[in-house]
Amino acid sequence: MLQQSKVTTVQSDLDIVAARSMARDIAKVLGFRAIDQARIATAVSELARNILLYAGTGEVIARSIDRNGRKGIEVEFRDQGPGISDIDQVMQDGYTTSRGMGMGLPGARRLMDDFEIQSQVGVGTTIVCRKWC
Amino acid sequence: MNGIRIPILKIGNVLIASIQIALHDSTAIQFKNDLLEKIHETKARGVIIDLTALDVVDSFIGRMIADIAAMSGLMGTRVILTGLQPAVAITLVELGLELPRVLTALNLEKGLELMRRQSEEEETEDVTAE
Repeated sequence: MLQQSKVTTVQSDLDIVAARSMARDIAKVLGFRAIDQARIATAVSELARNILLYAGTGEVIARSIDRNGRKGIEVEFRDQGPGISDIDQVMQDGYTTSRGMGMGLPGARRLMDDFEIQSQVGVGTTIVCRKWC
Repeated sequence: MNGIRIPILKIGNVLIASIQIALHDSTAIQFKNDLLEKIHETKARGVIIDLTALDVVDSFIGRMIADIAAMSGLMGTRVILTGLQPAVAITLVELGLELPRVLTALNLEKGLELMRRQSEEEETEDVTAE
């Protein structure tokens, strides 16, 4: 099937809106209902904001995926920021190191179906999340 | 920043702001400051923020709304949110942001009704207190 893939570079708060519009457009084409579109857009908003807050800059890549005939959207968040030393800790509700409310990562995970996080201190963080149609 | 400002209208002693665009962080912060200044300037008794056109409310915007309600409350002004889309209500709760202590109404009309009722109740209380 046709693989649609789009990238938004995150450098300012304007790019957060751009990233979630990009993901929502792909979700719409895939036929996600309004509620799932909002879940995806909100998760992208949270994770793109994390890039801005912690790494300053990074990339959001959204693509449609097809796994054994099952369609979905995959969104990848990449930065070369400080990295996360204790992933279990940041995935807990209420944990925060900045002016956030600590719902960024656990909140985004609840809104998506799959959520994978890889991080190395001093190298950066990559998060891949998916929602299936 | 991008310089977009949310218009704040005054009808009687109520301020009404309808958010019609996707909010950037800077627009949201500007709106919070504008609104608090306008409350001070007009001595409005209530504020209605209509979110009908918003299809995403993330934790940043949600927190800003909670802040506005708390700060307005400190100034003696009540905030009512109206027109939250079902998808927005669902994602806010799933995100863990339930906006406790923020009054809400289905739409602008019901919001105005609620505002009027609350003001009347207050007036009755004032009379009883005397």
